[in-house]
Amino acid sequence: MAETEVSKKRKRPIVRLAVLLLSHSVLVSVICCTAGVFGLLLLPVLAKNTYISENALMPGSASSMLSNQEVSEANKLIKELNNLHSNPLGATTESHGIVAKYMSNLGAQVNNHKFHPQLNQFHPLHFFSGPDSGVMQENSTRSLYGINTVGIIRAPRGDGKEAIVLVTPYNAVKGGVRETLSLGIAYSVFSLLTRVTWLAKDIIWLVADSQYGEYAPVAAWLRDYHTPAFSNLDSLNTETCHVGNNNFESKISYGIRRSGTMAAALVLGVAYGNENEDTLGIYAEASNGQMPNLDLINIVHYLAVHRQGLRVKVEQFHWLLNSKWVKSLGEVFESLGKMVKTLNPDWKLGISAADYVEGAATLASSLYHQALGVPTGPHGAFRDYQVDAITLEFSLRISFDRLDRRNDFLLHGGRLIEGVIRSVNNLLEKFHQSFFLYLLTSPSKFVSVGVYMIAFALLVAPLPVVAASLYAKTLDLNPTSEKDKSATSNELGSVLQSWKWLNSVKTVFVVHFWGATVSLLPYFISQIPDSDPTTNFSVWILLSILSLEILRWILVSPSSHIYGLPQGEWATLKSATISSFFIGLGLMSVINFATAEIGALLMVPMALMAHPLKLDVRGQSLRSILRMICNLVLGVITFPPATFFVFKGVIEGFSGINAGDFWNWVESLWAWNSATYLYIGMVHLPCWVLCVQILLHPC
Amino acid sequence: MAILLSRRSNLLAVVVLVLCQLFLYAAVSSSGSVLKQGGGEEFSEELLLKPFPDRKVLAHFHFQSRAPHSSSHGRHHHLFPKAIAQLVKKFRVKEMELSFTQGRWRYEQWGGFDPLSSNNAKPPGVELWAVFDVPQSLVDVYWRNLTHTLSGLFCASINFLESSTTYSAPELTFKPSFGNLRYGTLPREAVCTENLTPWLKLLPCRDKAGLSALMDRPSIYRGFYHSQRLRLTSSESGSDEVDSGIGLEQTLTVVLQPSSWRTGKTYSVETNIQPSWSISSIFGRNIPGKCVIAKSSNVYLHLDNGLVGELKNLERENAKYVANTFESEGFQSNHAFKISVTPDKVFEEVDYLHGKSTSVIYGFSVEKYSDSQPFDLGLTWKIPVVWSCQQAPLHASRFLMGSGNERGAIAISLESTESSEGLPTSHIIDGRCELRVDIFQVVPWYIKVYFHTLQVFVDKQPRAMADVVDKIRVSPSKDKVSPGVMEMILKLPCGSKSAAFSLEFDKGFLHIDEYPPDANQGFDIPSALISFPSFNARMNFSEDEFLNNSPILSKFQETSPVLSYTEVLLIPLTTPDFSMPYNVITITCTVFALYFGSLLNVLRRRVDEEERILRSRAGRKAGWISQLLSRLSAKLRGRPQEQPTSSLPYSFISFRLVLKILLVASIAVTWQYYFG
Repeated sequence: MAETEVSKKRKRPIVRLAVLLLSHSVLVSVICCTAGVFGLLLLPVLAKNTYISENALMPGSASSMLSNQEVSEANKLIKELNNLHSNPLGATTESHGIVAKYMSNLGAQVNNHKFHPQLNQFHPLHFFSGPDSGVMQENSTRSLYGINTVGIIRAPRGDGKEAIVLVTPYNAVKGGVRETLSLGIAYSVFSLLTRVTWLAKDIIWLVADSQYGEYAPVAAWLRDYHTPAFSNLDSLNTETCHVGNNNFESKISYGIRRSGTMAAALVLGVAYGNENEDTLGIYAEASNGQMPNLDLINIVHYLAVHRQGLRVKVEQFHWLLNSKWVKSLGEVFESLGKMVKTLNPDWKLGISAADYVEGAATLASSLYHQALGVPTGPHGAFRDYQVDAITLEFSLRISFDRLDRRNDFLLHGGRLIEGVIRSVNNLLEKFHQSFFLYLLTSPSKFVSVGVYMIAFALLVAPLPVVAASLYAKTLDLNPTSEKDKSATSNELGSVLQSWKWLNSVKTVFVVHFWGATVSLLPYFISQIPDSDPTTNFSVWILLSILSLEILRWILVSPSSHIYGLPQGEWATLKSATISSFFIGLGLMSVINFATAEIGALLMVPMALMAHPLKLDVRGQSLRSILRMICNLVLGVITFPPATFFVFKGVIEGFSGINAGDFWNWVESLWAWNSATYLYIGMVHLPCWVLCVQILLHPC
Repeated sequence: MAILLSRRSNLLAVVVLVLCQLFLYAAVSSSGSVLKQGGGEEFSEELLLKPFPDRKVLAHFHFQSRAPHSSSHGRHHHLFPKAIAQLVKKFRVKEMELSFTQGRWRYEQWGGFDPLSSNNAKPPGVELWAVFDVPQSLVDVYWRNLTHTLSGLFCASINFLESSTTYSAPELTFKPSFGNLRYGTLPREAVCTENLTPWLKLLPCRDKAGLSALMDRPSIYRGFYHSQRLRLTSSESGSDEVDSGIGLEQTLTVVLQPSSWRTGKTYSVETNIQPSWSISSIFGRNIPGKCVIAKSSNVYLHLDNGLVGELKNLERENAKYVANTFESEGFQSNHAFKISVTPDKVFEEVDYLHGKSTSVIYGFSVEKYSDSQPFDLGLTWKIPVVWSCQQAPLHASRFLMGSGNERGAIAISLESTESSEGLPTSHIIDGRCELRVDIFQVVPWYIKVYFHTLQVFVDKQPRAMADVVDKIRVSPSKDKVSPGVMEMILKLPCGSKSAAFSLEFDKGFLHIDEYPPDANQGFDIPSALISFPSFNARMNFSEDEFLNNSPILSKFQETSPVLSYTEVLLIPLTTPDFSMPYNVITITCTVFALYFGSLLNVLRRRVDEEERILRSRAGRKAGWISQLLSRLSAKLRGRPQEQPTSSLPYSFISFRLVLKILLVASIAVTWQYYFG
């Protein structure tokens, strides 16, 4: 007898460990969450310097061939286009003709591409679906169209299997030097590339007609390039339009010309800079947080900084740069780094506080833009076709009107683009050597997936532990409570008691189903004609509440109070909530890591802490009061619209906040098919509702 | 010597006498074969130059060697390369063509209708086809051996065509054959001088004399298109006296940019004058006379019909005020351009059907030139001329559709060009005017094409397959055995502006050792071959004795269908991370270690053994420290001392373990701090 007891006590080590974790779930969750947040804050410190991983790229190893001759040719084009703008009537059609004429004089193959701008429309079932040729709206107005001009240089000795794409958005209606300068840069490079002998890949220059936004023309061209509709009955591209009196124009075909598989794409833009130096902005985030290969950013950064003397910047949260707490955090990390350095000079962990603040601001912006899932420029359209692309935005310190200054700028910009194209041209394979999953903390520093995953893993780790421990507690609780109570109850009842968790799972399921309905509602609301965002938003909220009540009334209420025991029910509900949230976060981390990270940061403390308020009020200890306060604050903050408004208020100030802003924001999310929208609707919101339900649980 | 031997045996004497006679005869014929054409072997060299509308110049070298069949002539050759003769004999090659190409032939600018482009525009990389004179069961064996031999002969990886996944046996469209034709391409084969040198070795003068002396490697390889081709035809002796023997046709087609264009670069349309060039400016060399053993050595300048038509128009405009009527003979120094050398012959194409403008060829004989007085032909333009080359009836392009690593579609689009408008009326079949188009396409097995998904669109309208496709032959691919082959004979209605075909496919997975080097580049789908059998790419010249002596011009007069090749496609397939094996090995080892560790643990453990040992140890003695500690704790708690249980030594062991670890760690930290 004694022997069996001893053997019963001794369990396998892994089981013992699990039991230990479960019994100390509170401690585990506190430690893990703190470590997770700390790990996130530590990321700017842990960032590594970027390096060019693919040896074949060899950026900057060849001296630049672009000379003043090409620049003066480009100036000619700029001048002609600017003159055109003095009479805006017909400027659009003629500008295409001029660009096409310049292209074909260089010996490039030119064609026009006509497209209808697609209005942003909500397709509830088109998330994650690939680009589809059949997605042409019937009701899109036929009169609206834009014309892209495409020039292709065939590589002299290449086999035309691959191509490099150069995109310059150009708005002929708006006109102005700013618009034409990017054309000038592209033209100077293009004219050089028609004569070089080293070209192995074809060059496609797309002059995107950005009257209807910069993204739409690029996306339309890519769609027609990759998935043409052969049986296009309205025959969009074949109809010839002879608006210009120039007979050259009629020669340009409207059929799309093709080259091979795209190796990389560069989008050029010029902005008015108000900074002290010439800068180059790099925008890389595509839809759903997809990033181009880090090598592409690396070569641009290397060439811009070390060859052309431009300052490279990536997007930052400027409000973070001035915030006090980040600065003090940076100082803490700096002193910590110094301390570590005294222990071992080889450990290079310390960065200066200023660097930390910069890195944190960049990292936050990088994380935010990836999480948002909305592309930050026309390059996003390329990522849908697995093409690595970035947007380069030049900004100048003084105005472009001075000719010598402009020439200098064209020369530098052109040489940068030439160098990047030459590097990509060297590439035998597609980009695959370097990272695809990373966060930038500065143009030359990055955090790879292996590092930033740890913070997320730490944040998420307590979820299953807490869920399991809660469930284990209810299991321990039930038999003792039932022995005296329901000794006489029938067997069916006891079986049902042991399956009690099904009830809470059902609740969770119903709430998730409601979440799906809520995510579909905007589609119907957006059909309402002539409505402003604020009313849309209120209608959405009203309908959501209504549908929740209906669902509860239909599904939950009849069964919940028959077998369900009031005490302990909230625990199973919380356990089920946490498990479902854990699964949701896990799935989301695969689709868009940054969303999952931010979502975990917001929602994990709430999910872990949720505790019925009634019990806390009854408890009257310091701990329960603290928990109550935390729960109340978190419960308000984690409600998605509230989160949005708080965030917006922090960034832009609370003065100009309008209730319709949230609607607009959500609309932009579904217009870009962002998975973040699905996450909010189907993971975050249900979890919040369930947490609130736990808080208000009548026990 | 023969007399001495003849004494030994009569039989031997007869044999040796015959041999002797043969030897003498061979010696005589070798000295005379240069002059005497009836001696069997002959060699001729020719060069054709042609200006293109896009300021480039085509240079087409054509070398032709002929040898009578070996059975009639023994195993020795004087001019004809022995390697080729042996190859023909050993592998029973009836017909063979091998081409090495770099760059693309630009059908839109350089034309696709004339025999020059139909015969010499080839897909990038290596293309090889051969017809064997052996039973069908043996064809594959002979093909394999042939590829290996050619691979050695031309320093190229033609031996990769040996694998059955790379070659196919077209039956319908490519060439009329009876199952003994094999066709294979290597789109990724790089072409360089190491392929040209063995090719030149087949020429009797190599590149030391004659026209081939022009082949300055840097200038040849600087061009926009470079294609070297070798074509063999052999026929059984006895069948036909005239054509019997082996014919070897070696051509090198290059498209070059005259260097003057670079300096005089102007973009405005007004000064869009064609660059003036000469042989020395293009190649950097002159022709130092003919190869002395060549039967004929000629240079031609070809002005195609578009250019001639444009020139005639200009002439007509000028004729209003200049009393200078157009003469074909005096064409070489008109107001539009000037040729530096007076041509020996002028051939004008005769177009019986249309009577439209026709192309003109100027012939120059190199025979009278020598080292001291080299031949240098120059063309100087005086006024800008804009023209376009005659294109194939339909311009074919092929592209990939879709995105992602899972599936996609291949689309072939045919767009009508100007030349299809003036269709000859002879194609009206059953009262319906139809245009016949043949498509031949080979797809590697890892691109799993679903042939049932073939969609046909004519003039942007979907059509049933039976309406358009006259005949189709499909052999689906077998994984790792054979590629998918599709041959289609189409009947398109005349006047259709465009036609498109699309085929869907799934991308397959390869085994890790089947990936080529640089697998992340993607995989090639070889060019499809589009031919238009209802059009003949041939030129008609007025009958002339000279024409029969010129292989290149008689080649132009042969009837051959208009051919064009589509682009090579690059398909990105899923490629494994090739550092993965390392990770797999690591994880597998871990799993194995865990598995065997626990298995061994279970196997060697005896039930309750541990407990017994522990108890006996506890009963025997507990360490004095532990006893002290337990007493201490008991005193502190104010409880009677517990009996030492099994758990106590365990905790004690762990305590000691912790102590040890701490000790080691502190040593390490101090070491690191002071000496690290």
